[in-house]
Amino acid sequence: MSTTTKSAKIDRLAELTARNETASGASLWVEAFRRLRRSKMALIGAAIMAVFVVLAIVGPWIAPYSPTAQTWRDEVFVNRGEFVGPRGDNWLGLDHLGRDLFSRLLVGTRQTLLVGVVSTVLAFVVGAVIGGVSGAALAFGGRVGRQIDTVLMRLIDMMLALPSLLLAVSIAAVLGQSLTTVMIAVGVAQIPIFARLLRGSMLAQAGADYVLAARSLGVRRRRIVLAHVLPNSLGPLIVQSTLALATAIIEAAALSYLGLGNPDASQPEWGVMLAQAQRFFDQEPMMAVYPALGIIITSLGFTLLGEAMREALDPRLRS
Amino acid sequence: MSLLDVDELTVAFAGRGGPDTRAVAGVSFAVDQGEVVGLVGESGCGKSVTSLALMGLLPKRGVTVGGRAVFDGTDLLSLRPSALRDLRGSQLAMIFQDPLSSLNPVVPIGIQVTEILTRHRGLRGAAARKEAAALLDRVGIPDPTRRLKEYPHQLSGGMRQRALIAMAVACAPRLLIADEPTTALDVTIQAQILELLKELVDQQGTALLMITHDLGVVAGLCDRVNVLYAGKVVEAAARRPLFADPAHPYAHGLLGSIPRLDAPRGDPLNPIRGSINDRIDWADGCAFAPRCDFYTLDCLQGTPELAGRAGPAGADDEADTGHRVRCVNPVTTTSEATEAAV
Amino acid sequence: MLRLIVRRLLQLVPTLLGLSVLLFLWLHRLPGGPASALLGERATEADRRQIEEALGLNDPVWVQYGRWMERLLQLDLGSSVRTGRPVWEEFTQRFPATVELALAAMLIAVVVGIPLGYFAARRRGTWLDVGAVSGSLIGICIPVFFLGFILRAVFAVNLGWLPSFGRQSTGIDATEITGFYVLDGLLTGEFDASWDAIEHLALPALALASIPLAVIVRITRASVLEVLGEDYVRTAESKGIARRVVRGRHVLRNALLPVVTTVGLLAGSLLSGAVLTESVFAFGGIGSFIRDAIDARDYPVLMGFILFIALLYVAINLLVDLAYSLIDPRVRVN
Repeated sequence: MSTTTKSAKIDRLAELTARNETASGASLWVEAFRRLRRSKMALIGAAIMAVFVVLAIVGPWIAPYSPTAQTWRDEVFVNRGEFVGPRGDNWLGLDHLGRDLFSRLLVGTRQTLLVGVVSTVLAFVVGAVIGGVSGAALAFGGRVGRQIDTVLMRLIDMMLALPSLLLAVSIAAVLGQSLTTVMIAVGVAQIPIFARLLRGSMLAQAGADYVLAARSLGVRRRRIVLAHVLPNSLGPLIVQSTLALATAIIEAAALSYLGLGNPDASQPEWGVMLAQAQRFFDQEPMMAVYPALGIIITSLGFTLLGEAMREALDPRLRS
Repeated sequence: MSLLDVDELTVAFAGRGGPDTRAVAGVSFAVDQGEVVGLVGESGCGKSVTSLALMGLLPKRGVTVGGRAVFDGTDLLSLRPSALRDLRGSQLAMIFQDPLSSLNPVVPIGIQVTEILTRHRGLRGAAARKEAAALLDRVGIPDPTRRLKEYPHQLSGGMRQRALIAMAVACAPRLLIADEPTTALDVTIQAQILELLKELVDQQGTALLMITHDLGVVAGLCDRVNVLYAGKVVEAAARRPLFADPAHPYAHGLLGSIPRLDAPRGDPLNPIRGSINDRIDWADGCAFAPRCDFYTLDCLQGTPELAGRAGPAGADDEADTGHRVRCVNPVTTTSEATEAAV
Repeated sequence: MLRLIVRRLLQLVPTLLGLSVLLFLWLHRLPGGPASALLGERATEADRRQIEEALGLNDPVWVQYGRWMERLLQLDLGSSVRTGRPVWEEFTQRFPATVELALAAMLIAVVVGIPLGYFAARRRGTWLDVGAVSGSLIGICIPVFFLGFILRAVFAVNLGWLPSFGRQSTGIDATEITGFYVLDGLLTGEFDASWDAIEHLALPALALASIPLAVIVRITRASVLEVLGEDYVRTAESKGIARRVVRGRHVLRNALLPVVTTVGLLAGSLLSGAVLTESVFAFGGIGSFIRDAIDARDYPVLMGFILFIALLYVAINLLVDLAYSLIDPRVRVN
């Protein structure tokens, strides 16, 4: 057989085979990202999130008026029920102290995001440490490890025995009213979810065949945990942080409503604005509706993105 | 006329944003009354999808089924759902691969057996329970009355498969489809289950369509065999000719890849190289070409026909052997010799 | 079964004990303190000291805890600093209102949520499914108290269809037996009182139901979708049995297992939601009371409430576990 026909033979075959190739070789993350990009839910969520983050950064600079100056104080009469709705100068009208609502809303984006991010980071870090230690101890620590796990999980059980909002309420009540308190309270209330999630996913990973293989090859336990089990277990936590951001923003608003929010109410933050506007709801509902819409849309954006990520990462849905 | 006549069955799954996947690309075969027919191939060749298509159990969304499957004069593929429901369980029955996941975990075995008796034989209450116990007894489950009250997780793997078989034969169906009924079981149990199937099929005169990747099962059970590759039948023959003289390089390879006890110890095993993912579209040529030792450019001139094959070297007429093969360069003793010489 | 209950109860002891210590320590460190809350801002230092002495607030922390724990075991949660009445009494008196509200909300969530989730899964990708999924996502994102205000503004204030606050109209002369107004009306034959109570319940229950409803829809949908792909559903279909039987016995019975667990977990969010909803509608249950207690920094009440909730939450989850072991034979045997 001549070499030319032989290579023609192989080329033709390779060409036809390639046509049938599917994206089966892609890694978990690459494939998940590909599916995420196709998801309408993820796109909407990411778009909302992007707008929110941009506003949080540039909000204070593009706001038409000062968010704290009571410039139009003389036009609002709360006791007579006289409020000022949207007009040329003030696109969304004035609040009960004669401040420009639009500017307050815009500037408030930053603090709202700050509360969400700080509390989520707090929950993530503490939760991951507790859950990680617990999971690693239970999976690789022998009898002592089991005891460590039991103690840590009892602690988490205690926190879980309280609904997260009430946990936040009790923390806020103890630490006193401040913006930091709100962040801590909301964050601490979410610790158990992160801890449980990481522990569970680490235990699942620890039972996987590749861990058994690594152990049988004599890889040190510390290295297995840090280099293999932990990185492979973080996926659900990343998804959860997106969802937790949404919850944090909503719970911060609830704390404000209960009178445990930032005491310096002149600094605009959506939760505080909503709580204040609530008092005048029957006379001027729109004053509450704007910050509420901000909260709803933003947390919806984070939720959509988180749910889409969870679906993209779910191995059962992979074709 | 055959009991079941499958003609150019195609099944395509809608691709998610991509092109459709053709899992079954035109499969034709027949099953006669009381006959045991094998459908053989490696995983991914479309054999399970074929059986689900026949039973009408494929999801409706995103699946396109084409061709015909005539069972006792009616086309199963164009039957109304309610009419198909009447046939399923009574005339047509199926046994699945994994007995644990195929049984409802929260419903006692007894109810899972009696529900089919109630549906197709009108038995209720004590009568249904008595018949169910008799069925369990027939498939070799000891202490059947107690077992009726138990849940699937309380039974061993072999017992679970026996229970599934009891459900499948409850109404003495005319065709039983068994989709790899022994793959999930221990080797010792496998033989018992196959023995049981053979016995029941013989007793009831039921035809059996045996779907498997295990040539041992085929050798022990089947009258006729269809070898499937990438969604098409590539070789069809009675059991003996197939084992004695496989013509398609794939069938040849399958047989050759079985380790043999009588081979000298130093002999290497002969696997078929590559995997079922290394394939080309049937429209372009033979899907097996990328893995084939006998591949030539002729293999890429469109789909090869499933043609009658000349009898074994020396025998003269091809008319009645029923041995058919879809290959431009079928394996013969001579071609093997040629290849060896190159 | 009995052993399971006992074992679970024993597990609870350290959890609850630990919780009580933590709570006591936390709440003890409340800034401002109850004395100043009680006296207002113009109180003198002497007044404050007198009050603190009277309440035993100057003793060492562990003495205060011991005293509190001792009384706790006799169901004595102390007295409210604000109202001066025993906390236990305040709770039991308001408890039926909150339970009635929470049950009504859970009823709405279950009765609407399970069918909606089921049909969304069955008709995956249709407008019903898309609507159910987006609706439940939005439901989770609306602050409960804001939803309460909207409902009140629309249905009570503007349309006037339903009362805007309270549990009972002033003109109603109802006999109180259990404290559950709907039930009391039925027991005494005062059906107008029952109806009046239902009208008062409707809006707060609807607001409170939003989150559990959203969660139940999503869990049911996901669970049904998963079960529909299970081998045993295919087996059932292969037997040709009626579609109704396949759906009821094989799909729903399995799909509802995770829903049962979820309902238990939701009990917690219902209780915290009640604090928010009740104050919107001045419902007069424990929720409204706690809202006021937070404002007044009324520790005994807060402490008692949190312990009470923890106990309740844990009890509900124990019940759910037991219910689960009844419906899932795999758990029953282990």
